[in-house]
This record gives sequence, C-alpha cells and structure tokens, in this order.
Amino acid sequence: MKQAGGMSEVGRSLPKIDALGLVRGTPAYTDDLAPREALCVVAVRSPHAHARILSIDATAALALPGVLAVFTWKDVPRVAVTRAGQGHPEPSPRDRFILDEYVRHVGDEAAIVAAETEEQAREAVRAVRVEYEVLAPVLDFETSLDNPVVLHPEPEIHENFPIGFEPRRNVASAYSMHVGDVDAVVAGAEVVLRRRYYTQAQQHVALEPHCACTWLDVHGRLNVMSSTQTPWHVRRIMARALEREVKEIRVVKPRIGGGFGGKQMLHGELYCALATLRTGRPAKMVYTRREVFEATNTRHPMRLDVTLGADRDGTLRAIDLEVLSDTGAYGEHALTVFMVAGAKTLPLYNKVEAVRFGGRTVYTNRVPGGAYRGYGAIQGNFALESALDELADELGLDPVALREKNMIAEGETSPIFAIMGEGTEGVEMIIESCKLPECIRRGKELIGWDAKGPRREVAPGVFRGLGMALAMQGSGIPTIDMAAATLKLNDFGSFNLLIGATDLGTGSDTILAQIAAETLGVATGDIIVYASDTDRTPFDTGAYASSTTYVSGHAVQTAALKMRQEILVEGARSLGCEPALATFDGNEVRGPDGAITLRDLSAKLLYNEHQKQLMTTGSHLCEKSPPPYMAAFAEVEVDAATGEVTLVDYVAVVDCGQAINPNLALVQVEGGLAQGIGMALWEEVVYGPQGHLRTRDLMSYKIPGREDIPSIRAELVESHEPSGPYGAKSVGEIGIDTPPAAIANAVAAAVGARVRELPVTPEKVLNGMGAPRGQNR
Amino acid sequence: MNISLELNGRRADWDVEPGEALLDALRRHGVLSVKRGCDTASCGTCTVLLDGMPVPSCAVPAPRADGRAVTTVEGLPGEAARLGACLAAEGADQCGFCAPGLVVAVVAMSRELADPDEAAINHYLAGNLCRCGGYVSQTRAIRRYLQEAR
Ligand code: FES
Ligand code: FES
Repeated sequence: MKQAGGMSEVGRSLPKIDALGLVRGTPAYTDDLAPREALCVVAVRSPHAHARILSIDATAALALPGVLAVFTWKDVPRVAVTRAGQGHPEPSPRDRFILDEYVRHVGDEAAIVAAETEEQAREAVRAVRVEYEVLAPVLDFETSLDNPVVLHPEPEIHENFPIGFEPRRNVASAYSMHVGDVDAVVAGAEVVLRRRYYTQAQQHVALEPHCACTWLDVHGRLNVMSSTQTPWHVRRIMARALEREVKEIRVVKPRIGGGFGGKQMLHGELYCALATLRTGRPAKMVYTRREVFEATNTRHPMRLDVTLGADRDGTLRAIDLEVLSDTGAYGEHALTVFMVAGAKTLPLYNKVEAVRFGGRTVYTNRVPGGAYRGYGAIQGNFALESALDELADELGLDPVALREKNMIAEGETSPIFAIMGEGTEGVEMIIESCKLPECIRRGKELIGWDAKGPRREVAPGVFRGLGMALAMQGSGIPTIDMAAATLKLNDFGSFNLLIGATDLGTGSDTILAQIAAETLGVATGDIIVYASDTDRTPFDTGAYASSTTYVSGHAVQTAALKMRQEILVEGARSLGCEPALATFDGNEVRGPDGAITLRDLSAKLLYNEHQKQLMTTGSHLCEKSPPPYMAAFAEVEVDAATGEVTLVDYVAVVDCGQAINPNLALVQVEGGLAQGIGMALWEEVVYGPQGHLRTRDLMSYKIPGREDIPSIRAELVESHEPSGPYGAKSVGEIGIDTPPAAIANAVAAAVGARVRELPVTPEKVLNGMGAPRGQNR
Repeated sequence: MNISLELNGRRADWDVEPGEALLDALRRHGVLSVKRGCDTASCGTCTVLLDGMPVPSCAVPAPRADGRAVTTVEGLPGEAARLGACLAAEGADQCGFCAPGLVVAVVAMSRELADPDEAAINHYLAGNLCRCGGYVSQTRAIRRYLQEAR
C-alpha cells in the first residue's frame, strides 16, 4: 500500500524484526551464546582509589581447583591504548594498559583470574594476595589541575594528535575557540548574566551488564563476541593492545541488552583474550552489576560557567561557556564529550555577535567518564537552557519568546559548525531542516503553556510550575563516521542485507531493512538482516553519535540503488531488450515485449542462464551532521514545605526529519526522556570520602521505575532533511537532552528555587527557596 | 544436592549447589530466557513463576524449588507471542532484555487482577525495570494485551 509521498515501507510503524524472538527469550545475547565450556574470567579489583601495586602473589590462587591462569601487569604487553571505541587514530589519549602497575579508582583491575567455573574464579580472586602502596587520591575535580598528586606519570602514554594532553598537570584534554570579541560585546551589553552550573556522574544501567567471550576457531584466529556498539574499533584496539595483527581477530556483535554509549568502550574483551590465548580455551567475562558501577564508565561530571550578554529587548549578543570536565581515572571520550557540550548547544542561538567556548578535562581517582547518550550536549544544555531562563526572568520576558527571538532557523548557519567538530575541525553547514517553530507551537499547546501560566498554587503550600527547554543534537560525525552495507540477491527473490551497523536495541536493523525494501520496491519481510561481524559484513564505525539512521541508512540506500540497477540490467538481458527500455517495480522487470518476475529472474541467475551472483555494496561518509531539534515542556508540582518535586507532565516535540519507523522513533524519544528525567531528579553516582562508591547497585542508585514516570507525551513534527536517506535525521540521543533544564526551570517557576546543581533534590529545592528572591528570580 | 522440580510442565531432576540461585541453576540448565540484570533483586529480568507466584529467581535459592513448579517464558509460548505482538505493535520493545521477565509478570498479573487500571498495572509491575523505553508505550501494549485476553 502506497503512503503519502509514494512510500510503502519507509514511514510505517512496522514491528521490530527481532521483537518476537526476544520476547520469547530466544538465546540471543552474548552470555546466552557463549560456549558452554568457556572458562570464567573474573578481575581482582582495587579496594583503593589510588595505589601502586608492590607485589602480587598468586600461588595460593593457582593452587585452587579449576584455576588455570592469573595475569598481572607483568604478563601483558606494555602498550598504551585507549579503551574508547572511536575512530582511528582515537581523539582520546592513550593512557591505559591491559593491566598496569598503578590502580586509579576503586574497582580498577589489579589482576585477572581464569577458572573452569565462576565459583572457582571468584574463590581464586579472593586468594590472590596484592600488596599495595596506597597513594593520596584526587577525588575533587576542581582541585585536580596542577595537583601535586599526578595520576598518570607513566612515560608511554600519549595523545594521537594535539588534544591539549598534559598528564603532568592532570589534564586529559583542553580546547578553546571564539568567534568575535566576547569580552567587548559583554562589556557593551545592557544586561549581563553570569552563572555556574554543575552536572553529575550518571550511570547508563543498560539492563544487560557488560559481557564478552572469546574462542579460537579452526584457523587459530581469535574470535570475540561482545556486547559492543563498535565491533571494528574493538578489533583494532584489541590488536594494538595484544600486539597482534588486525587480521588475526574477528569481532561479532550479537543482540545487545541496551548500550546508551556504555558499550562504546572496551571492557572484558581484552581479559577474555588473555585467557583464550594462554590456554587455547574459550573464555567469557560477565560483569556483575556492582562491577558495571565500579569498573565501566559514567557520564562526565562537569562544571559549566555561562556568561550571557543581552539587550533589554531580549536580543542575545554574546555567549561564553567555560567548562571543567571530570574524566575520572582515564581519558575515555574526554575531549569529545567536553567539546560537544559547546558544539551541540551553542549553534541553537546562532545570531550572537560573539561566542566563546573553552576549558579542560581533568583526571580524578573516580570511575572513568565515557560516552553516554547526549555525550556532553545534555550537560551543556542544562547550563545554557537554565541560564536563558534566568535571563528571561531578569528581563521580564516569556522564556519561550526569548528563545524564539534568538534561535536558529532553516536556511541559516552557525560559524561553530565549521570550527568545532569532535576532536577536530568541523564542517560548514547550512541548516536545511529546522522545525523548531512548529515544535514550540505544538508543545505549548499540549502542555497548556499560555492557559496555565508559569505558576499555580494547587493546594495550600503546593505549587505547580511550567518550564521548558530547546535542544539540538547531530546526525553522525562529519568526515569521520563511515558506514557500508551489502545486498545479496538470493534465489527466489529475497535479499541478504549485510551491515556493519550495530543495533543496540534501538531497532536499527529494522529501519535499515525498511530503507532497503523501500529502495528496492520489495517488502521489508524479504530483507534478511545480518549485522555487525568484522569478518562477514562490511565496515561501520559503530552505533554512536546518532549516526545509524543518517549514515548507515545512506549506505543501505546506495547499495539498494545499485542493486536495482543490476536487476534491471539482468532482467533486460533475460527479456532481450535494452536496459533503458526496461523498468523494475520491485516485483518484476518489464520490457516492451514481456516481463519476468524477480522471483524467476533470481532463480535463473543462479541456476539456469547467465549465472552470476548479484551483490552490491554502498558506503557512505558522513559529510554533514544535520541536527534534530526538540522543544520540551515540563510541569512539576513542588511541595514548598518539603521541597519534594513531582513531575506531573512532560511534553516533547521532535523534528527528526522523516521518521523511517515512527513508533520506533517515538520510543527512542520516550526512552531518552526517561533517562533524562532520571538524571534531572534522582540519578547520581555518589562516592564516600575515600573514593569508594556508595551507589553500586540498583537499590542505592535509582533509575526511573514505571511508577516514577508520569505521562510522557512525545510527538514528531513533519519534517524532511534533504541530505538524509528519505529525508531522515537522527533521533537516538536528542530525547535525553532537555529534562534537566526543563525540570529545573519548572521548579524555579513553581517555587522560585533555582537549582544549578543536578540532580534537583528536595534539599536543594528547600535551600534555593530560602535564598533572597533577587538572587533567584 | 539433588532437587526435583516441575519446569514448564515437565519434571526436571537437577544437581544444584546449596547456595546457588534458582536463576543460575536455570541458566546452567539451558533455560536462557531468564536474565541477570542486577545483584540485588531489583530489576525483574529474572522473574519466574514459582507455584504460580512471580518471584525474582535471583533471590530464590535453587533448593527452594524442590518439589515446586517453575514457569519461565519458555513455558508460556502463547502468552509470549500475544504480548510480544502487542509490544511490537506499540514499538515498545527495544533491546528486549527486560521482555521475558515482563511477560512472566504480566501473565501473573492477568491471573491475579481482574481489570487493572493504569495505576494498578504500574504498581504490580513496579519491580520490572526497563531502561530503554519510557514505560508509556509498554503500558499501552500491556493494556492492549489484557483487553485482547478478555
Ligand atoms: S536479576 Fe535483577 S531482579 Fe533478579
Ligand atoms: S527494552 Fe531494553 S531494558 Fe527494556
């Protein structure tokens, strides 16, 4: 059935192609598929935030039944790597080894044990004797710069290209840029607002903990199955760390139980590989939830200083954003997350005369920062969108009107696009699709912005307030993100779609099949998807930076266009006519004197005449990164006596271009909102005074449950991005960006408490209410 | 120690460790729909029916299943297919890691509560976390399933 725009597969809310299998519990995730006889690999983890390992005595552990190997830093190659799954060479510092003489956070790996069973491995872990020289830790990131305690004194570590890496000063990366003279414009502005905001460490809490397994195949090659977002980066980094050739390693991604950026770093892969390479046996490592908290990554906490210069009429004239980011013990994604805090927020307000962004990421003895959905944009958004609200308050303007006056529009650009990429320069870009005005109009209508007003007392001492925020993200990393797809025509008319893109649960396998089907003119059910295997599918940089729909989708479309052409040529040959005179409608190739069905043609091509395999490959390099946009509105209820905040309603209206699968796009937004609401109100990785995690399970670290999330109402507006496949942009990250600012703004509207430090807890609300009004409103 | 249980309608005789969780015993015996999402009985991905009652199998010592009936999604193929179709129709299924436990819990709820409203559904299923969605699509799918089941 043809839909509006003449499309029959794209734009339909088809069910996810793997949905039923997963609901039935079909073995599909790494731990389900790991060889039954795999050795269990468990890490000996540091009890100290900062220490040097003086000695490791594994004699007792090795004497235990079932224990095959214990590895220490002396047993592994001394090669500096980063564990950040990023392009080559990585923009993160190579500041890590498979195992090191130093441990830099509680939970850091001190040694690795491999045993026949998990019980035996855990027993052995307890029997390994590690002697530590405990060192003073750096736990407060605001004291890290030039602290006498240096986290990374080792000589082998390095940056791959200039990223401002100064390990002797505890600096993992630094960056600054400016357009125009910010100080002069601020000095001449009628109103100046300076504010400091803090964002906290958040944990991804994908419900499937990190997991990897390894085995040697019949050719002696190291096979790796991993719950990873970036199989190719994992393979490349493993080869370097293990001093092997890339060709000796194969990485496969099965189904993934959620990622959100948390699986864009290497975790157990290298440790399993040690065990397999030493013993020749399959090995697996499944993280406990506690290990996920203590020894994977978090969102980078940040301190953000915002200065806004404006005129009384609400004309924004200058923005200055200075950031200090805490990358924890290692610099995974240190530079790029920090840069995105500016790169994917500041262009929203592109009409300013001057704009400046700069700062550093510093090391601390905490769990390393890493990629996490939003990737800096959510931190920057909280600061910028809170500050704009504070400015609106000061000017006596409607916060929406202030934004409408200054926000970016279709046909416009921002100098920041060309200046700031992710770790490198960006590319110039004219915005071809931006439906912010529609998003705002619809959002106001849904929440009742004008009708309700900013604040109402709904019961004695109980106030409701409305707040809002805008957001943008990107669609892939220009000049870096590359994806490829191969289509193979099978006998009797089906196609294999081989893609490097990694579906983490987002439904990308489904939407990529829809794009292939649309282009070929066939049904999505005729596309058999096989994804993410470094041996058997073409390359893809991976699922991150909101790239899959836009970048991988393009590659699929290109492969399918080529396949159409080949089918046309072969069909015409079979019909004995010129290809120019033939047409292909997905069902049959038709010439002037007859037609042949795809079913028949495909069978003939393999069995009967002019036998050949039709196989086409498309690849796509991301050339620009059109932002999806969103307007979000929150309604909160605040009890002025307790500071308790209840989220009553959340409305999010999104411009993601043409949605390939509207249901799947909407649930991406809803899921992002839930995580953003969690960050706004509850989620925080908390440490004790010695750097021990206080939040290391799902009781002490609260993720939103179904009773915590009110009516989330997400809608998509009609939009078409000319540069995207079928008009699509991305939608994976944008949903998470707005809740911290929109909720903080709503709380300020309700009770006058301006919380500038996330999460918005009752204590902070009460404290904020106590302050003199002039400072808050 | 040896235990004998009724697993999805069939008798199973297993050798389990005294301290082993039912979750681990199930997975060790190839019942892989039950997932481990936490260490603290907080996430619901391991939910099974023990004599018809939904329990987190990570918190049940395997020996306690001796002489009792254990039901996992493998034993509820019809319900899983129907609820799965509703979840898929709403786009509510993402990574799927929470889905088998959710199906088991929803089946228990549909047997226990006559006509639960949204608040009752959210309360009954509070122990089944999902990190991918925002629950609203899931709730729509569950209501649809309950309606169709009636
Ligand atoms: S594994 Fe989380 S509740 Fe059982
Ligand atoms: S779908 Fe991923 S946890 Fe629910």
